[in-house]
Amino acid sequence: MIIGLPHFLVVAALLFTIGVFGIFVNRRNIIVILMAIELMLLAVNINFVAFSTYQNNMVGQIFTMIILTVAAAEAAIGLAILVVYFRNRGDIEVEHANMMKG
Amino acid sequence: MINPQTFMVALPEILIALMGLLCLILAAACGPRVTRHIGILAIATFALAGFLLFCHFRMRFLLNGALPVYGFGTQFVDDSFARYVKAVILGASALSLLLSWSYFEKDGDHRPEYPVLIIFATLGMMLMASASNFISLYVGLELQSLPLYVLAAFRRDTLKSSEAGLKYFALGALSSGLLLYGVSLIYGFAGTTDFVSLAIGFRDHTLIHPGVVVGMVFVCAALAFKLSGVPFHMWAPDVYEGAPTPVTAFFASAPKLAALALFTRFLLEPMNGLASQWHQIVFFISVASMLWGAFAGLVQSNLKRLLAYSSIANVGYLLVGILVGGKAGVQVILIYFTIYALNTLGAFAVILCLRRNGKSTEEITDLSGLSKTNPVVALVMTVLMFSMAGVPPMAGFFGKYFVFLSAIDAGLVPLTIIGVLSSVVTAYYYLRIVKVMYFDEPIGVLDPLPDWGVKTVMAISSLSMIGITIMPSPLIDQTLKAARGFIG
Repeated sequence: MIIGLPHFLVVAALLFTIGVFGIFVNRRNIIVILMAIELMLLAVNINFVAFSTYQNNMVGQIFTMIILTVAAAEAAIGLAILVVYFRNRGDIEVEHANMMKG
Repeated sequence: MINPQTFMVALPEILIALMGLLCLILAAACGPRVTRHIGILAIATFALAGFLLFCHFRMRFLLNGALPVYGFGTQFVDDSFARYVKAVILGASALSLLLSWSYFEKDGDHRPEYPVLIIFATLGMMLMASASNFISLYVGLELQSLPLYVLAAFRRDTLKSSEAGLKYFALGALSSGLLLYGVSLIYGFAGTTDFVSLAIGFRDHTLIHPGVVVGMVFVCAALAFKLSGVPFHMWAPDVYEGAPTPVTAFFASAPKLAALALFTRFLLEPMNGLASQWHQIVFFISVASMLWGAFAGLVQSNLKRLLAYSSIANVGYLLVGILVGGKAGVQVILIYFTIYALNTLGAFAVILCLRRNGKSTEEITDLSGLSKTNPVVALVMTVLMFSMAGVPPMAGFFGKYFVFLSAIDAGLVPLTIIGVLSSVVTAYYYLRIVKVMYFDEPIGVLDPLPDWGVKTVMAISSLSMIGITIMPSPLIDQTLKAARGFIG
């Protein structure tokens, strides 16, 4: 079997869906949300690199590099906010993040 | 090496980036005692950047702004639309810095990174206004979002603020993910990320593919998140309530305009050829935002939450401008937004005045009888609420009038009817505030009003609500000029 573009796209779509579900269905830990966000971004990177390779167009790979860089910054800020939250709240359960309702 | 054309096209942004780095070094080296100075430096930077946007020297280079001029390849575009949006963004950022002048001092979080974060967020917003490629769009959006996440959690010793930051971060990152997934599909099926090539391809029907449409839907959803349009609005009330008040004022003004400018450019430039596909999506978001913003606002008791729902309703009216499309649509978006930004900044300035016994309060009932204890504040709030509700002599009325007039001209009659009816519903909650201030029993005098920064914003905002009515021509002329340069 030859592995073609559709295979890559399916893998990326699956990873992306797992990422989205990780954010919405996850009811336990906020760290899991950070992991789910990374998963989404990596799925997007697979998409970009696959398209880029099959089109012989470098833009997608450049975009991937930029996404990787920004994702690192985003994860750093997310973890910093999480630490601040943990100091105030004492735990990081999703269900408990309900100071404000509506 | 940067070429001279790029340097000239992005001159204001380059200035802001350098000044941001300088302020960061100052902040790191000198600590909290220079917060004030960095604030002044930031406002001066915004003023200088605003001057550079329109200065003669640069405009001559840009052929007097008649045509869009590109920089960094075709990543960055400077046209009259971008210039107008940037000018409003710079103004709103400067005003929200004024709002925070002594706020954090009282509450013991007076740290110099605050103005620095505002500078970098503003830089990101200006990039968003000028993005003409998905790469620069993404970088601009993230450069704006990352400082905003930190700003929401700026009062790091309070649970509310850190929870607001956390929620904003989680949903903001989700929307970035959706945006990128959409962009990857558009790139994959259209073969380019450049707005001009996409626009030509869709116009000539050479690039249209179902994959592109799916990608476009993802990007629309992501940008609706950033704009807080229903059904992607759920973060907005929580973040508006939890974030420190000057930060909330900032969220409601400048970033909203940047997201709106990006949405407008995205839909009316590259995706113009797919108008029949995105029209129904934007129609739905617009109607849902108008209705939800109006009805859910009725039951709110917290002023900041109420203003969050008010901003959701206003996003609905602004999207009407995108549906109208063309130069007329772009013009009403700019008119409406300029008025809305001034209006909402003033309303937050009034909320900043509500302090009793050294504690800030933000419930509607805290306004009771304000007309007897603090008549000036009550009068300012009345002008602002009348304007928000769209009562005729105030500027807010003309904003709504132009939006609905252009919608009728474009044949969007059902949308106009829904819009007018929902604006009647929103009038209830704005006028209730006026009623509470004038007809309820007073509950005690406010603490002495905050510093001159808040007073200045209140004065600018309330006077401009009347001033725009008396002298509307500068606003109309400038927005017309801005809309003319729009390619769409």
